[in-house]
Amino acid sequence: MVLVFAETQKGKLKKAAFEAVTYGYRTAQALGSECVALVIGAAEDAGQLGKYGASKVYQVEDPALEKFDSQTYTRAIAGAAKELDAKVLVLSHSTTGKSLLGRLAARLDAGSVPGVNAVPTTDGGFKVRKPVFSGKAIAEMEIKTDVKVLSLMGNAIQPEVVGDNVGVEALSVPVEAGRITVKDVERVEGTVPLPEAELVVSAGRGMKGPENWGIIEELAEVLGATTACSRPVADTGWRPHHEHVGQTGIAIRPNLYIAAGISGAIQHLAGVNNSKTIVVINKDPDAPFFKAADYGVVGDLFEVVPRLTEALKKFKAEN
Amino acid sequence: MKLLVCVSKTPDTTTKIKFTSDNSELDTNGVQYIMNPYDEWYALVRALELKEAQGGSVTILNVGPAENDTVIRKGLAIGADEAVRINADPQSSLNVAKQIAEYAKGEGFDIVFFGKETIDYNGSEVSAMVAELLDMPFISYASHMEMDGNNATIKRDIEGGVETLSVDTPFVISAAKGLAEQRIPNMRGIMMAKRKPLKVVPAATFDDPVATVSYELPPEKGQVKLIDPENMDELVRLLHEEAKVI
Ligand SMILES: Cc1cc2nc3c(=O)[nH]c(=O)nc-3n(C[C@H](O)[C@H](O)[C@H](O)COP(=O)(O)OP(=O)(O)OC[C@H]3O[C@@H](n4cnc5c(N)ncnc54)[C@H](O)[C@@H]3O)c2cc1C
Repeated sequence: MVLVFAETQKGKLKKAAFEAVTYGYRTAQALGSECVALVIGAAEDAGQLGKYGASKVYQVEDPALEKFDSQTYTRAIAGAAKELDAKVLVLSHSTTGKSLLGRLAARLDAGSVPGVNAVPTTDGGFKVRKPVFSGKAIAEMEIKTDVKVLSLMGNAIQPEVVGDNVGVEALSVPVEAGRITVKDVERVEGTVPLPEAELVVSAGRGMKGPENWGIIEELAEVLGATTACSRPVADTGWRPHHEHVGQTGIAIRPNLYIAAGISGAIQHLAGVNNSKTIVVINKDPDAPFFKAADYGVVGDLFEVVPRLTEALKKFKAEN
Repeated sequence: MKLLVCVSKTPDTTTKIKFTSDNSELDTNGVQYIMNPYDEWYALVRALELKEAQGGSVTILNVGPAENDTVIRKGLAIGADEAVRINADPQSSLNVAKQIAEYAKGEGFDIVFFGKETIDYNGSEVSAMVAELLDMPFISYASHMEMDGNNATIKRDIEGGVETLSVDTPFVISAAKGLAEQRIPNMRGIMMAKRKPLKVVPAATFDDPVATVSYELPPEKGQVKLIDPENMDELVRLLHEEAKVI
């Protein structure tokens, strides 16, 4: 059986949960087995996971699980995996999933692969693929243990409806509180977090200064995109650290990545070159980023970006 | 406080990635190795700051062959007191984690530091594995940490935000940007590093539950399509009709 840990936030499933269940369902098909989902805590829409291929949804509720502690969660999820005799455990490659993957692998003495981006192949061993060298290459990995733990890269597959809602069943597993006390969670409200964003507008040192970011924010707003930046921009405090993408920042793979005033250094590309479509706006025709781009605009970003915003406004009004 | 910083060796960030002819291994010809930036810049430096503020010792640990000693010496030059190298060349994260846990379990470390991930495998799983094997709390992606006695207040990065938590030692932590500022070793540090102890510990035998079968490079991008900077309507049309992303 394939067990998918479906993440929630504020009592609702995250987008990553639907992706993970679609992945779990396809993995179960490849193995000729069944896919079930597990939610921890309240999730009003948990039954929807049935639509994406979960034949059952289990729910574990316990006061000790109200705030995240990887130790407590690991005990609960490993308990569920044992109880249900799951052979493949699928997590999301989110900050939560990444904190759990290694713990679960160690607890279950299972082989694990973090950040997979394709459904396993099963002829001649259980093999999965994952980006390595910060997106500069892809590795095929074989897991040799009976129990396997995987985390699915965000935006790697599109959720697909294959069935109907299912009922949610309470599952009782031993829960033991860990030693971490979560005091506060602050979220930037209103925008999609970068790792989950499908559309990203990013800018670099070509912006000259933080006071000029208005045109980037406006473009992002019209597009419904999340903003990002290059490392020096975050390092000098022009933009918050959580916007820094690249090899030493966040690695992203949105459908659309628009880069304005970013030269395209190898370390920057490492974090963004898995984006489906890349648009580069740079006044230097020899900027290395053009080699990694699908569409390029050679020009002054202070003219091109507002022009693009206007064109998008027109497009949105017409469509 | 007794602090352990686990460091790994990775190819330099400017490395042009290529593989051996059967695609089974990285072609290491001409590859420069460095200490994994997250381990060096944030984990190690925060550990050194804690030691400077409240005393104790900083040990750096690497699991790997003798050729890793150059990277380990750099950690000593930056300021670690001593180094341990577990003489093994494991092929999987769980094996690495078990080697580390095997060594650390009897040593009574108060905090075990890691970088948030390596820049080659991008796994971020060894730290979590060690936490589980040592049965300790694990705080990932820490971007800020203050100690008060044996209690730490830590901020960690989560999707689109920051979480603040409190935890008593012992614990395992993985360091993200912000936890400390990179330190460049000075001449004195480099000279002193030569005299600091680097202990080589024999490996324990564990299985590798995962193996790398092969590598491949991502498909090359086609030629970039250049758009007239005066005509952004055309770009929007292409994004809609051709790329189908808006
Ligand atoms: C170990 C290591 C790790 C690193 N990790 C990262 C990382 O994770 N992420 C990252 O981004 N970088 C990283 N870097 C830094 C990286 O090497 C580059 O220095 C950085 O990406 C450059 O940022 P930039 O493109 O914003 O600035 P620059 O390289 O200065 O480029 C600015 C660009 O803007 C263009 N420009 C200027 N004015 C205009 C205008 N008016 N209109 C249009 N275009 C204009 C210029 O032509 C130029 O191409 C790392 C470096 C190292 C050594």
